[in-house]
Amino acid sequence: MIGLCTAFTLLAVAVLLLILGYTLFHGFRHLDWGFITEAARPMGEAGGGMRNEIIGTLILVALAGAIGVPVGLMCGIFLAEFGGPKVAGGVRFIADVLTGLPSIVVGVFAYAILVRPLGSFSVLAGGVALAIIMIPIIARTAEESLRLVSPAVREGALALGIPRWRAVMSVIIPGASTGIITGVLLAMARAAGETAPLLFTSLGNYFGFQGLFEPSSALPLAIYQNATSPYRVDQEQAWAAAVVLVLMILAISMAVRWLTARGRPSRG
Amino acid sequence: MFGARIKGFFRQSVDDAPPERSAGVSPVVGGGLSVQDLRAWYGSFLAVKGITMEIPPKAITALIGPSGCGKSTFIRCLNRMHEVTPGARVEGHVCLNGEDIYDPAVDPVTVRARVGMVFQTPNPFPSMSIFDNVAAGLKLTRWRRSRAELEEAVERSLKQAALWDEVKDKLHRSGASLSGGQQQRLCIARAIAVQPEVILMDEPCSALDPVATLKIEELMQELKRNYTIVIVTHNMQQAARVSDRTGFFLMGELIEYGPTDEIFSRPHDRRTEDYITGRFG
Repeated sequence: MIGLCTAFTLLAVAVLLLILGYTLFHGFRHLDWGFITEAARPMGEAGGGMRNEIIGTLILVALAGAIGVPVGLMCGIFLAEFGGPKVAGGVRFIADVLTGLPSIVVGVFAYAILVRPLGSFSVLAGGVALAIIMIPIIARTAEESLRLVSPAVREGALALGIPRWRAVMSVIIPGASTGIITGVLLAMARAAGETAPLLFTSLGNYFGFQGLFEPSSALPLAIYQNATSPYRVDQEQAWAAAVVLVLMILAISMAVRWLTARGRPSRG
Repeated sequence: MFGARIKGFFRQSVDDAPPERSAGVSPVVGGGLSVQDLRAWYGSFLAVKGITMEIPPKAITALIGPSGCGKSTFIRCLNRMHEVTPGARVEGHVCLNGEDIYDPAVDPVTVRARVGMVFQTPNPFPSMSIFDNVAAGLKLTRWRRSRAELEEAVERSLKQAALWDEVKDKLHRSGASLSGGQQQRLCIARAIAVQPEVILMDEPCSALDPVATLKIEELMQELKRNYTIVIVTHNMQQAARVSDRTGFFLMGELIEYGPTDEIFSRPHDRRTEDYITGRFG
């Protein structure tokens, strides 16, 4: 039994290491400073970089965060603090279903409600699609972290004559802040890597960010386009872009680990 | 309401009169509590069955009784914390200075600022420094205060809670960094910072070692000069040591209530005698 568990654990770790190693191996060869600072060149032409795509991804994730973080947080606070058992149960079920929703469905939905009515693929639609993916993740992790704050601390706050909403804002949320920030960062990491929702919304272009109501490229889209190109130079670009994306997400995950390991700060 | 707070403030600094012992029949003034026919439910379970008692001001009243006898539920009714539990319900009257805190016009939040509470397990706010823990009640309730006022209130409260000397050099450190006994005194400082009239203590020493317990008991003797204290305790020696009056609870009823020396030397009720002599409970 122990042998079997060990074997399959090794298999899982090996798959992860293979993916990472293969990507890094192919990607790093084509990765240089210019790849990050230069704009893309026309298809089939060597050189050029992914500056616009990196900026596009950053803007998309920032926009998704600007929409998704407040909505997700408020939803999580409602679930943990103010929803009665029945209402909260329903909302929690919906959030769980939303977490499992295939991301391409979210993309089609954003296409239907934003791209079609506005008449253009846009960064806005992409941001909304990514926000929809982020909201349930943030809501559920925020709820879980808030529930971890001990009931004794809640009672202590109320017994001081602190109004309920004030106790939630000033005592309970700060007590859960590590977990809440972890959830937000995890959701951002997830959104940064999503491709399917962007195919129908942000679409991609070659000129970088042109405004919220215009299409824009993003790293996952660039990987998809370049990887399916017949030219070898484009395929190499895709590998390099994959490395950049992996590193971005890795940085977010490291931040999460650092925050969770740090635990409660001793405030100065 | 505000007048009562002002009065509370001046009482603390000006009026240092000795506590009136056994003020059972005399009219209650100051921070006394008058409880009339108080009943408390958890769902359909009646945990407190019609209690009537006068709690004298500026004295320590101890409530003893076996586990599940309703004494903790009872004191949670005295600052309207019982109703925070889902499904919990209260009927009856509790008058603080003649004002019924269960009057529909009274906001439970303001009641809790006048009747403070210290819990069984020390519960400092984990995300806050020692300073912020003590200042929390002042900062987060409706009255705004300047930084200087806060600093003064924090120092005064920590001194009253006999914790100042131990923490004055590390006020910015997390409240959770203190020992259990220090944390409990921090919670007492936090409770008295808002200048309540009454302090309820729900088994405040049950999580503490004997040395820390002794410190809290000494502190209670200091505090009763300014505050009315109601303490729930499992420890009969503690009740005998610290309190002026003792009430014995059994199955949600107040079996016997009177001066502590009388309850412990010649109880009138057989059940009280059985309990304090250790025959059950």
